[in-house]
Amino acid sequence: MKKSRWYNYLWIWSVIYFAMGFFHILFAWLGLISFFLPLIFAVGWGNKGFCNRYCDRGQLLRALGGQKGFSRRKDVPDWMKGKAFRYGFLAFFMAMFANMLYMTYRVYVGAAELSETVTLFWSIPVPWSFAYTGGAGTIEPWVAQFAFGFYSMMLTSAILGVLTMLAYKPRSWCVYCPMGTMTQMICKWKAKA
Amino acid sequence: MATITPKRHAVVDTSHCVACGACAEVCPRGAITVWKGSYSVVDDGLCIGCGLCAKECPASVIRLEARP
Ligand code: SF4
Ligand code: SF4
Ligand code: SF4
Repeated sequence: MKKSRWYNYLWIWSVIYFAMGFFHILFAWLGLISFFLPLIFAVGWGNKGFCNRYCDRGQLLRALGGQKGFSRRKDVPDWMKGKAFRYGFLAFFMAMFANMLYMTYRVYVGAAELSETVTLFWSIPVPWSFAYTGGAGTIEPWVAQFAFGFYSMMLTSAILGVLTMLAYKPRSWCVYCPMGTMTQMICKWKAKA
Repeated sequence: MATITPKRHAVVDTSHCVACGACAEVCPRGAITVWKGSYSVVDDGLCIGCGLCAKECPASVIRLEARP
């Protein structure tokens, strides 16, 4: 077993992130770090440095599935690593992301009420008002709406990741992770250019 | 290491590699690099055919093959 490097402990960030969302949903905004960093690596340097080393999600799945042994370590089905599914899932995820931004916009213009729920798998609402106080009117409702939406996305994808970690290889989520697929696409474009 | 079979080496199916870097992370020889974020490349001169990378690869796209 190779000696652990500092970045092997970045899974701690995943734990902190999801835990903070129980105390106050606005911490969900910090998830944007995991959104922009991989893009900065890919667009800026044409590499997958984030995936390869610094992704907390990847490190979490490696630690739980690989080092702790919670993974069955079976091969993923062929369709899962096929282009159709990977690009299809990326497109689906993007559509859901756009929908989340649209909901935020609707709350911003006052066309919709803030919904204090976390939605799992884009369909199962989980009451989450315990993590939102409204700051006695100091927090703009759209700011909270985005946080609920972003946290929903992060939690849903983490659950999917853990499920496929259990069923297949530790990091099988990385096979169809939308950020992973998107950054690889960008890198391939840049490599060709 | 008793299990090494230097007659074998790791070969990557680059068309299905997702460039996650899980292989590079476990390779005891540091023989793998993810080329320009696109797919992984094995340095044949360093690879000892231990198979750790193949075991780790989430897409199972690394095969251990007999050296030509
Ligand atoms: S593929 Fe996704 S989860 Fe895996 S390391 Fe990359 S960004 Fe993280
Ligand atoms: S077979 Fe072993 S030495 Fe060769 S690339 Fe894979 S992990 Fe490295
Ligand atoms: S672990 Fe597999 S999918 Fe990931 S970079 Fe290595 S060869 Fe590619």
